Amino acid sequence: MGKVMPLEGNNAIAEAMRQINPDVVAAYPITPSTEIVQTFAKFVADGKVTTNFVAVESEHSAMSACTAAAAAGGRVMNATSANGLALMWEILYITASLRQPVVLNLVNRALSGNINIHCDHSDGMGARDSGWIQIYGENAQEGYDNCIQCVAISEREDVRLPSMNCIDGFFVSHAYEMVEVEEDAAVQEWIGPYKPVRPLLDIKNPYTVGPLDLWDYYFEHKRNQLSAYPNAKEAIIEEGKRFGQAFGREYGLMECVDLEDAEVAVVALGSTAGMCKDVVADLRSKGVKAGLLKLRVFRPFPDAEIVAALRNCKAVAVFDRAASYGASYGPLYSEVAAAMYTRGANVPCVNIIYGLGGREIRPDQIADVYGKLNDIKTTGQPADPVSYVGVRG
Amino acid sequence: MPKNLKQLSESPVRLTGGHRLCPGCGEPIAVRQILMATEDPVLVANATGCLEVSTTIFPYTAWNVPWIHIAFENAAAAASGLEAMYVSLKNQGKIDPDQNYKFVAFAGDGGTYDIGFQALSGAVERRHSFVYVCLNNQAYMNTGVQRSSASPLGAHTTTSPAGRVIPGKTMVQKDLTECMVAHDMPYVAQSIPGRWRDLVGKAEKAFATEGPSFINVLTPCPLGWLCDPSETVDISMLAADTCIWPLYEVENGEYKITYKPKEKKPVEEFLKRQGRFKHLFKGEDGAEIIKGIQEYTDRKWEALLKKAGEA
Repeated sequence: MGKVMPLEGNNAIAEAMRQINPDVVAAYPITPSTEIVQTFAKFVADGKVTTNFVAVESEHSAMSACTAAAAAGGRVMNATSANGLALMWEILYITASLRQPVVLNLVNRALSGNINIHCDHSDGMGARDSGWIQIYGENAQEGYDNCIQCVAISEREDVRLPSMNCIDGFFVSHAYEMVEVEEDAAVQEWIGPYKPVRPLLDIKNPYTVGPLDLWDYYFEHKRNQLSAYPNAKEAIIEEGKRFGQAFGREYGLMECVDLEDAEVAVVALGSTAGMCKDVVADLRSKGVKAGLLKLRVFRPFPDAEIVAALRNCKAVAVFDRAASYGASYGPLYSEVAAAMYTRGANVPCVNIIYGLGGREIRPDQIADVYGKLNDIKTTGQPADPVSYVGVRG
Repeated sequence: MPKNLKQLSESPVRLTGGHRLCPGCGEPIAVRQILMATEDPVLVANATGCLEVSTTIFPYTAWNVPWIHIAFENAAAAASGLEAMYVSLKNQGKIDPDQNYKFVAFAGDGGTYDIGFQALSGAVERRHSFVYVCLNNQAYMNTGVQRSSASPLGAHTTTSPAGRVIPGKTMVQKDLTECMVAHDMPYVAQSIPGRWRDLVGKAEKAFATEGPSFINVLTPCPLGWLCDPSETVDISMLAADTCIWPLYEVENGEYKITYKPKEKKPVEEFLKRQGRFKHLFKGEDGAEIIKGIQEYTDRKWEALLKKAGEA
């Protein structure tokens, strides 16, 4: 049995990394993910892991070293935030294209400019097309649990894609919570030994990784890569169930709160979903048929499942903690709305942009959104498809 | 002792024929010589560049060793990752302890002097055990002969063209070899493909080094230098004979000149064989620039002699 202990989100993830004991960690510190790496560095210094920790000179080199180390044939992890992720951008695509199962702990933070160290999802959303699996956790417990699951999901032979374990900067990374930490041996047994696929260190079978790929093959290789994402979705579901069987906390693509008979519902990622749960409980006690879709997996995007969960609602609000500059809507809304339209779900949807750069959102503001959805339910038409909650002026 | 020619000819072929580098390219000559210098297993990390694109056009590969390319500016970081995983698995007893794997990064002057310099500096500071080879043809040849910080004074490139007002590149090249010496590396060297014994001997030392080592190889590029493909080896030797590209090594801070021309030739001997310097031989302005190149070359050579205790 595991034990329950008070941990910050960052330290919960560092604890998971200690138990996973990756072969190589290459990282460069950036707020608010810094503690993950410095806590882990202490584990290395104290001999609690056998990891070769490489303190590189930049995030670009961190992801480059991680990608090469994974190709060499072992388990690899790192952590970053915001501009650090942006500096990895070029390599993110390459890690996924080379099908290397690197796990990156992403502590979500606003992308500059202006510089801001606090939470929003602009970093993760910006990397949404890079080919990485993205799992968003609500709290420190999920940060810990998802870190372990990411290893198993990424390493599945029919997946072999890198994954991001995302938690909200400061709101989760720096907040203490009671976290159930499993036994080291149980975690090790659950993830199992690393099974390398064509490791470069197998010198008897040399091969070429990352060649020049022209018009005659590139498209087929990308098509092959695309075929891994449905597998990843299945893997996330299966590993989430298996995790539940082993540790009692089961996970899926999303968490549906009171959605069966909900008339008004919101879609949210990360820590905000936790607050929405309280608001839903409060509204339900007042007779409002409110519901919540807490999206856990943003990549691969579970469009069919989202539509199935929302199609009987009368009005939906999609919360985006990121803007998409020059687009009409936030990134999460765009995808939810596209999924609804494509699958013939005629539900009025509105987009709520909130919380940029660490601006907090309060329960009463979320309750107001449900109130507006109730109006839309009556009129059938949103007054304004996009609104900015919590911003002055 | 460096291997003799017969022994070299019996070495395993690690970069095969059939690649698509240009006729007369200095790069494959240097790569083959360097990879012949060790019997140990070798893993290669290659930066984006001529060598990478011309040797691995899918579904073909000219490499007989494990090889990875990730991007342009990160050959040193990629080599760090390979070596880090090797060290980790070896420490855990998951790799045959009797095998001594070697790691090599190949990059051009763009991927070394310019965009890749940070990753190189970082990897060297961390003391990864790997051999970094700069295949220096003094411009961005892969993208069409644009100037790099390795391009010499007066060189015509497509971004430092010789025009009516500006006569080619107006700055001297960065002295990267000395930058690497300043990293307190255990082994740093400069060489050319033309003097195979010099290059293979230096590669042997580099492979035998614990920690990082760096070899800067001047590799003539017929396309960018506008020279005859049959003259690659000769022109590289002229670079050494004019002392424009001195052959030397620095072992733990100790300088040693490995080739001292019996008679130091004037720089014109090197310049006039290449179209990229053609404009310097027309008119007084060009003569001034050649004079400047000679003065710079002499000053650097004298300084090197001093460092090697030969002046």
